[in-house]
Amino acid sequence: MYELLKHYNYWLYALILAVGLYGMMSKSNLMKKLIAMSIFQWAIIYYFISIGAKKGGNIPIFPEHGIEKLTIRAHDYVNPLPHVLMLTAIVVGVATTGIALALLIKIWHNWNTLEEDEILERMRNE
Amino acid sequence: MNEQLPALVVIIPLLFSFIIYLIGFIEKRAPYFMLLISSALTSLFSWKLLIRVIRKGSLSYHIGGWEPPWGIEYRVDHLNGIVAFAVSFVAFLVVLSFKERVEREVDPPRWSQLYALFSLQLCGLLGITVTGDVFNLYVLLEIASFSAYSMVAIGKRGAEFSALRYLIFGTIGACCYLLGVGHLYILTGSLNMVDIVNLLKSIPDSSALRVGLCLLVIGIGIKMALFPLHTWLPDAYSHAPSTVSAFLAPLGTKVAGYVLLRILFGIFNPSFPSEKVLLEVLGWMAFMGAFFFSFMAIIQRELRRAFSYLLLNEISFLGMGIASGTLDGLRGAILHLINDVFMMGCLFTSLCAFIHQFEKEDFKYLEGLGLLSPWVSLGFLMGGLSVIGIPPFCGFFSKWYLILGTIQGKKWHLLVGILVSSLINAILIFKVLEKIYLRHPHVELLKKLPFTFLISLLILSISLLALGGLASRIVKMVIDPWIVTLGGF
Repeated sequence: MYELLKHYNYWLYALILAVGLYGMMSKSNLMKKLIAMSIFQWAIIYYFISIGAKKGGNIPIFPEHGIEKLTIRAHDYVNPLPHVLMLTAIVVGVATTGIALALLIKIWHNWNTLEEDEILERMRNE
Repeated sequence: MNEQLPALVVIIPLLFSFIIYLIGFIEKRAPYFMLLISSALTSLFSWKLLIRVIRKGSLSYHIGGWEPPWGIEYRVDHLNGIVAFAVSFVAFLVVLSFKERVEREVDPPRWSQLYALFSLQLCGLLGITVTGDVFNLYVLLEIASFSAYSMVAIGKRGAEFSALRYLIFGTIGACCYLLGVGHLYILTGSLNMVDIVNLLKSIPDSSALRVGLCLLVIGIGIKMALFPLHTWLPDAYSHAPSTVSAFLAPLGTKVAGYVLLRILFGIFNPSFPSEKVLLEVLGWMAFMGAFFFSFMAIIQRELRRAFSYLLLNEISFLGMGIASGTLDGLRGAILHLINDVFMMGCLFTSLCAFIHQFEKEDFKYLEGLGLLSPWVSLGFLMGGLSVIGIPPFCGFFSKWYLILGTIQGKKWHLLVGILVSSLINAILIFKVLEKIYLRHPHVELLKKLPFTFLISLLILSISLLALGGLASRIVKMVIDPWIVTLGGF
């Protein structure tokens, strides 16, 4: 049991990921699809952030003076790289959401609905 | 100067995309010429880069002066050298052709925005090809995708809906890729491709590694539109403005195909235990895809949709070449990737010219095109014959290698897939050619063919023949040196 729960961060991220994927597949409202897509993206960001964290880890900034006296051990500091990568991924996520919202507005103007099946039905009839 | 080339091919289109957008406020005509300059410069530089790589071997550029395992490295070897050249050169030819079409199809206030997006797209695609860092690749993949979503949405009624579907699919793909990168990072602690290759040698096979590989392949498979993951493509490409599909169709999926090659053979390799299974699965997917797409291509009424399925079918050929896992199969896959950029460029540019002249996209308007508009028909003829694989054209040589590869690897189902779906493609192409050359025209020509279309169609058609003639030299000078560096064959 402990083995399973030790990496609870992975379970959590997989759960959120699954929620996002389910939402994208099962909801026909485009706005809901978009929300699910964001959840999906954020799950991956949680995943990356959790792999950088360490129990009792310090921020990875060294003092300007007196660094010679310190003994630096890697496991005293959190790994900053995944966090930095996720800054970029967050920007990408925001941009995706921005474009998607703009497209939703355009869809609403053109079709007056956000239900996927209705739009598909009307596209077939045209 | 030569040492800076890998960064220049990415920086120039990026910089120009801002300039294009801003200059559009001052002068209406300038953005097009800026885009032309940007794509001409990038194709010139990528040509110099390719020559440099062939003469002196691979070139590495450290962004910001940081040493490779820590900083981002742009690394150009034989494979991405030639892919970068093919992509930027065809992009230049497409840009050269479509000025009048864009001005007809898109409202004047949108011109500079669309041109800026084209330049940004080029930046993303070339960035994906030259980068040697897996996370940087993700960012550039998203840059390319964002510009593609927005460009598709400019099209006719229904385009915004297709663009949203494309966006959702594309985002799932990119997220899967990112998860795969996460797995690789946890296992190796590195993001640099060369570094990962070295570190993977000392890491035992584990389920985390296998899942990581699968996620990378699924992610790229969505971007590349491999068989069950292709559903976004036909809608997006047939609803987009015709110029946008002429630009995206030859480039977007092929660059993703390059990334798949890089992952399966550059980072991992077929001796890796789970990759054998993966290649087998990929082979069956591509096999089913080849049949499905070639049938779908025949039954379409709209020409652009039919060509989109043809494009997907070519992607399946690429998948089959990769899946055969043999030397000739790999050669064929790489050659087919390069040829396909030119073939699809030729077909979709002809299509764009055809739509420009008739404002119609149905098959029946093709009738008598040979008399009305001989140059566009020539484009269809050359591109079409090359897609089927008639000997002097480049399509024949890559299919030859693909077939040899499948025989070598004793993958008989792939052999059947390549042969039969080529035959089914021939039905579509001959249907098109019969309508063009053997029927009498019964519609009026709306517009004369702009001069620019003629030039770029001529260059594309000639390059299809030239690539056919140069096929063995390309294999000897570019593809084989890259395969040698893999060590596995």
